[in-house]
Amino acid sequence: MNIIVCIKQVPDAKDVRLDPKTNTMAREGVESIMNPFDRHALEEAVRLKEQHGGTVTVVSMGPPQAEAVLRDAVACGADEAVLVSDRAFAGADTWATTYTLGKAIEKVAPFDLILCGKQAIDGDTAQVGPGLAKRLNIPYVSYARKITGLVNGVLSLQRLMDDGYDEVEIPLPGLLTVVKEINEPRVPSLKGKMKAKKLSIKKFTATDIGADADSIGLPGSTTQVVKVFAPVFKGERAMLEGTVDEQVEQLLNKLEPYL
Amino acid sequence: MLRVDIEACIGCGVCEEECTFAAIEVIDGVAVVNEKCTLCGSCVDSCEAEALSIETKEKVVQADLSAWSGIMIFAEYRQGKVVPVSYELLGIGRQLADQQKVRLSAVLLGADLGEAAKDLIAYGADTVYQVDDPALEYFTDEIYGNILEDLALEKKPEVVLAGATAIGRSFIPLVATALATGLTADCTQLAIRPEDGVLLQTRPAFGGNIMATIECPHTRPQMATVRPRVMKAAPHDPQRKGEIINYKPQAERLQSKVKVLRNVLEEQDQVNITEGDIIVAGGRGLDNEKGFALIKQLADVVGGAVGASRAAVDSQWIAYPHQVGQTGKTVNPKLYIACGISGAIQHVVGMQSADTIVAINKDPHAPIFDVATYGIVGDLFEVVPKLIEKIKEKRG
Ligand SMILES: Cc1cc2nc3c(=O)[nH]c(=O)nc-3n(C[C@H](O)[C@H](O)[C@H](O)COP(=O)(O)OP(=O)(O)OC[C@H]3O[C@@H](n4cnc5c(N)ncnc54)[C@H](O)[C@@H]3O)c2cc1C
Ligand SMILES: Nc1ncnc2c1ncn2[C@@H]1O[C@H](COP(=O)(O)O)[C@@H](O)[C@H]1O
Repeated sequence: MNIIVCIKQVPDAKDVRLDPKTNTMAREGVESIMNPFDRHALEEAVRLKEQHGGTVTVVSMGPPQAEAVLRDAVACGADEAVLVSDRAFAGADTWATTYTLGKAIEKVAPFDLILCGKQAIDGDTAQVGPGLAKRLNIPYVSYARKITGLVNGVLSLQRLMDDGYDEVEIPLPGLLTVVKEINEPRVPSLKGKMKAKKLSIKKFTATDIGADADSIGLPGSTTQVVKVFAPVFKGERAMLEGTVDEQVEQLLNKLEPYL
Repeated sequence: MLRVDIEACIGCGVCEEECTFAAIEVIDGVAVVNEKCTLCGSCVDSCEAEALSIETKEKVVQADLSAWSGIMIFAEYRQGKVVPVSYELLGIGRQLADQQKVRLSAVLLGADLGEAAKDLIAYGADTVYQVDDPALEYFTDEIYGNILEDLALEKKPEVVLAGATAIGRSFIPLVATALATGLTADCTQLAIRPEDGVLLQTRPAFGGNIMATIECPHTRPQMATVRPRVMKAAPHDPQRKGEIINYKPQAERLQSKVKVLRNVLEEQDQVNITEGDIIVAGGRGLDNEKGFALIKQLADVVGGAVGASRAAVDSQWIAYPHQVGQTGKTVNPKLYIACGISGAIQHVVGMQSADTIVAINKDPHAPIFDVATYGIVGDLFEVVPKLIEKIKEKRG
């Protein structure tokens, strides 16, 4: 079973704060991490490989620094890594991203399964997985929380919904996006770390994947960010003082409208 | 690319100040752009010397944008009921349609729809396109996507909205990709610019730490998913008139490669935490499963849903669908009561937009107090039982 995992490098949430006065992002060293959901996607891919054989290839579109998350993925069990990187990709929205990833994946093909995280924690869009499936014209299932079987090229799984879960079957090749509940990711092994150090990462530019210049980056995007600003939070901020009884009494008065 | 006209640049540094992403620096008297640039364009507007510009190729504008008119919403129907966010979509949809002087339509898909279409009209729809078919008994991305795609191509609405629910967020990207148009996820504010009819879509990014306004300038329809509980539903008026059209998809559009065998409702998850007015949430401070039972008691008394920090979920005191935060759910209740939760940023990004936040924590320095409307420093095992008792007392 050949599995591709799409991995995005994202800024660590704890570093991302907008200063409401200056409207700028904190400038001191913002650390980059592997998108947490993608770590679960990777773990699931490695488990499937361990069970059914095959290879796991991780693919990321991003700046040269994104190589770090690819090496991290190799340390955790991926076999091959592809970095799709070109200045011309800058400013891509999800439409341009799925085009670019789709083109890169066509070069990596054949594959049986593509795994994505449910969403990336920077944009929180959850659009790349489904959009990518459409680009590649393969079926997909979002929010996979448990894979229950693989028989004759059909994968059975549970899909998390707002009110419970659905039991679904998807014929391969197909694409899944995964939620955190699906597994507990492993930490890198020593052997994995050695491999990650040595592995040469394939690099694809826009030309390498045969991308049409009008379909990538900002020119290829259907949406444009026109304004960025700090959120305003409503209401007062108060600490309630006094004995427990007094605090509870004050709180009850404050919460009157809700109770 | 962001281009700096070196001749024009006066090195004033206004762009450096303006840039949210620290992507511009004035070096030796000229602005220099680094790789953090997201091409958002705020600096371009701020530059009085007009030295900055964003280079894009002239867009091939999709043939005649003005051929697209009307607002279309996707009305979600699950377990025999219209999902509440659908009424909220009709509320904002009505506003936009009235402003544009166009019609508001709703797309209703399901099996055994009963009177649901009439209900949508009472809440503001002018037209309901409904497909009542056994093939729609369960939600599948492909079939739902096919039908909405076909309807959008046929009716040509300028705007298509859906709820940012599990279902909406799953299949709407399929439709947007098929229609080769832009999609903005999880909007909390929508407005149409009167001059050119462009939909201004505002949404939180980076877990709500920043807000971004997004446009889809060159393609139609303009598509967005809208966060539940943010928009106001229009009042219910049973006298409202509208038309109900039974839409017949082609047979092959009712086929899905993905098969849904069954839908399992989880009893403890009957209360979907993204829909409740009140959430009582517990964290590691509750010590154990028994402690966590206290949260459930309080939730019962105030008629709220139960939320949890990841620490509580990881300890298996409660199931993952109750987790609030970056890797759980984003909630937007009127009241959020956090008990024994430290307020790590990954938790806070999931609940900071609640109207009122109450925090109960014994550590006065816990970061949860930075976002709390009302904070109580104290032992939750003292405070919460007293709170339950007093509320019961009050109610007699
Ligand atoms: C990639 C990533 C994603 C994450 N996603 C999420 C997410 O989606 N949601 C989430 O919640 N977390 C998430 N986390 C974890 C997050 O960083 C915190 O670890 C977690 O939120 C802590 O949970 P807690 O507040 O319950 O526990 P703690 O941080 O251990 O806090 C417990 C609090 O209870 C207080 N307390 C203890 N006893 C009492 C008492 N008797 N009375 C009153 N107060 C008491 C303590 O003072 C303390 O402040 C994520 C972390 C990472 C790295
Ligand atoms: N630039 C990228 N490179 C590789 N994978 C990506 C990229 N952007 C998004 N993805 C994948 O798509 C998922 C959803 O991302 P998003 O739609 O941005 O929320 C992520 O969890 C990744 O698996």
